[in-house]
Amino acid sequence: MAFMPFLTAGDPNLAVTTRLIEELSSAGADLIEIGFPYSDPIADGPVIQSSYTRALGARLHIPEIFVAIGAVAKKIRTPLVAMVSYAIIFRIGNEAFVKLAAESGFAGLIVPDLPGDEADEFQTLVGSHGLDLIQLVAPTTPADRSARILKNASGFVYCIAVAGTTGAREGLAPQLADMLKTLRTQTTLPLAVGFGLSRPEQVEQLRGLADGAIVGSAIVRHLEELSTNPGKLEDVVSRLVQYARSIAAAAHTSR
Amino acid sequence: MSSTAVTAGKASSNVPDAAGRFGEFGRRFVPETLMHALEELTVEYARAKADPEFNRRLNELLRTFVGRPNPLYFAERLTEMCGGAQIYFKREDLNHTGAHKINNTMGQALLTMRMGKKRVIAETGAGQHGVATATACARFGLPCVVYMGEEDIRRQKLNVFIMRTMGAEVRPVTSGSRTLRDAINEAMRDWMSSVEDTHYILGSVVGPHPFPMIVRDFQSVIGREAREQSLETIGRLPDEVVACVGGGSNSAGMFYPFVDDAGVELTGVEAGGRGDKPGEHASTLTYGTKGVLHGSYSYVLQDPDGQTMDVHSISAGLDYPGVGPEHSYWRDTGRVNYVNIRDQHALDTVQLVARTEGILPALESSHAIAYAMDRARQRKPNEVIVVCLSGRGDKDVNEVARLTGQDL
Ligand SMILES: Cc1ncc(COP(=O)(O)O)c(C=O)c1O
Repeated sequence: MAFMPFLTAGDPNLAVTTRLIEELSSAGADLIEIGFPYSDPIADGPVIQSSYTRALGARLHIPEIFVAIGAVAKKIRTPLVAMVSYAIIFRIGNEAFVKLAAESGFAGLIVPDLPGDEADEFQTLVGSHGLDLIQLVAPTTPADRSARILKNASGFVYCIAVAGTTGAREGLAPQLADMLKTLRTQTTLPLAVGFGLSRPEQVEQLRGLADGAIVGSAIVRHLEELSTNPGKLEDVVSRLVQYARSIAAAAHTSR
Repeated sequence: MSSTAVTAGKASSNVPDAAGRFGEFGRRFVPETLMHALEELTVEYARAKADPEFNRRLNELLRTFVGRPNPLYFAERLTEMCGGAQIYFKREDLNHTGAHKINNTMGQALLTMRMGKKRVIAETGAGQHGVATATACARFGLPCVVYMGEEDIRRQKLNVFIMRTMGAEVRPVTSGSRTLRDAINEAMRDWMSSVEDTHYILGSVVGPHPFPMIVRDFQSVIGREAREQSLETIGRLPDEVVACVGGGSNSAGMFYPFVDDAGVELTGVEAGGRGDKPGEHASTLTYGTKGVLHGSYSYVLQDPDGQTMDVHSISAGLDYPGVGPEHSYWRDTGRVNYVNIRDQHALDTVQLVARTEGILPALESSHAIAYAMDRARQRKPNEVIVVCLSGRGDKDVNEVARLTGQDL
C-alpha cells in the first residue's frame, strides 16, 4: 500500500516545508500532498485549520508556493499533488493556476470543494496540461453517483473514510470496507483512503481493501509546537520523520 | 466559469437553472460529503413547493404564529422631514421574534420534518436568524445548535439569551474574525459529520444551491405583500424599493417579486463601515471581485490569492465578506443598484427614526432607511419609496448605548 502524507505549504515557512518534503520522500512516502493554505477551509478540522492559519499569518502568498515546489520537485522522485480550494484556483485564474502547477512539477490536483458535477471543464483543462484531477468519493456518496464521478477520473481515487472534517480518529468507520468494495467494481484506479488515519493499526486494517493511506492531521500536528517554540525545529523534524517511517512501514508491509 | 450564459442584459426572474445558476453565479462548490444532501434537499423542496398541504401549513403558521401579513406603513413625519418622496416601511420588525428571518426558518423547519431529519443546526450573525431558528425548533420540538462568532455574542447578548431560553445550544466560534463568516464555516463543518440526520437551516440567500433559491422563495412573502399593499394603498407600484444587504435575504425577498416590474427601481444598501479601504467595510457588491465562498460563486471581498478579507460593519448582520449569487446576477445585469451607508450614518438614523416615528429599527435596517431618506430628498413629493424595515432594534440597545456613550 502506498503511504501518502500531507503537509501544509508554509507552516511554519516554505524552507521547512521543502525540507520536510525531502525528508518524507526518503522516509518512504510514495506521494506527498501539499495543502495550499486557505482562509475558509470547510472540509478541515482544527489541526489543519490552525496550520493554514499559521501559514497565512506568516503572510504566505500562493505564487511563493510554486517557486518553492519548483525547486524541490526536481530533487525527488516522489510525485507531489496539490490540495487546494477552488476559491484560490478561480481567483488566480483556472488556466494560469494549472499552468503554474504543471510548470512547478505537480503531478496532480485535489480540489476538495469542486465536486464531480462541477468539474468537467476543469478536468479537461487539467488533463491538457498532463496533470490528474483527483476525484473524491465520500461515505455519503450513493453508488450511482460514484459511478458517474469515476467515469472520467484519473490518477487515483480519494476515498473519504468518514463523513466529517479532516482530523485523526480512533478506528475506522465500519462502512468503509463496503464502500471500498463497491468502488473496486466501478474503477480500476488505485483507491487511497484519507480523513481520520493516524495509526499504523488503522493502515494495517486497510490491507486488501485500499491501495493508499493518506495521513494529514497526524503529520501536521507535529508542527504546532514550532509556533511557540521555533528553536525545537530539529526535534520536531526528527519526531515527524520517525512517525512517518512507522506509517510507511505499516503501509509497505500490508501490500 | 466560461460555460455559463452571458449575464449582461435583462435580469430574468426565472432563475436559478437546474445547476443552481443565476446567470453565471451560484452553483455548488462544496465537499463531496455534502453533495448528496444538497441533491436530496433540492428534490424535496421541489415536491414541497408543489404540495398544497405544505403551502397551506406554512401560510397558516405565517398568519397565526409569525403575525403576517405585517403592515406597509407610511412614515409621515420622516417624509415631512426629508421634504421629498413619500417613505413607506414594510414592517418586518413586527414579525414574531422581530425580524424577517422567521419567514425562512418556519419554511425550512417544515422541510426538515418532511425530510425526516431529527436535528437542526444554524449560523447567526446578529442573532436574529439564530433566534428565529431556535423559535421554529422550539415550536416543532427539534433539537437545535446555533453557531455564533464570539465577537457577535458580545455585540448581541440579548439574542444569545433568547436562543438559550428557547432551548437552543449556542456554540461560540473562536476561529478567524469570530463573526458571521466563521459561524458559517463552523456550521458547515458540523454538517459534514451530521448530514445524515441533520438539516442545516442556512439564514441567508448564500451557500450552495439550493439554499439561495429556497431562502429567496421563503422570504419573497415580503415583496409579494409589499407589492399588493402598494397597489391597495397608493393605487400603484412604488417608484423605488430599498433594502439592506448582508448575505442578502431580506433584500432578495423584497426585490424578487418586483424584478419583472421594469418601472420599479431597486436599491440594495450594503455596510459602508468606517471607510472604503479593505477591512473597513462590508460592501461586497461595490468593492468585491468574482470568487467562491461558502459553496457559491458570487462577488467576494478577497485578496489577490483568493483569501477572504476581514470586513467591518457596526451591524453584526451586515458584517459579511460575501453576498448571495442572485444579487451578483442582479448587479451585473443592472437590475438592482447597490450603494453603501457608513456606520455613523446608520447609528444616527436609529436614533432619528426612533424620535420621529416611534420605531426603533435594527442597525441593519437603519442602513436602508438612511439611504431611503437621502433618496427621498432627491425625489418629488408624488413619488414613493418603500423600505424594508427588516428588524427591530431591541437587540442593538447595548451596542448603541456603548457607541453613543450612554449607560443602559
Ligand atoms: C434585522 C436584520 N436585517 C438584515 C440582516 C441581514 O441579513 P440579510 O441580508 O440576509 O437580510 C439581518 C441579519 O442578521 C438582520 O438581523
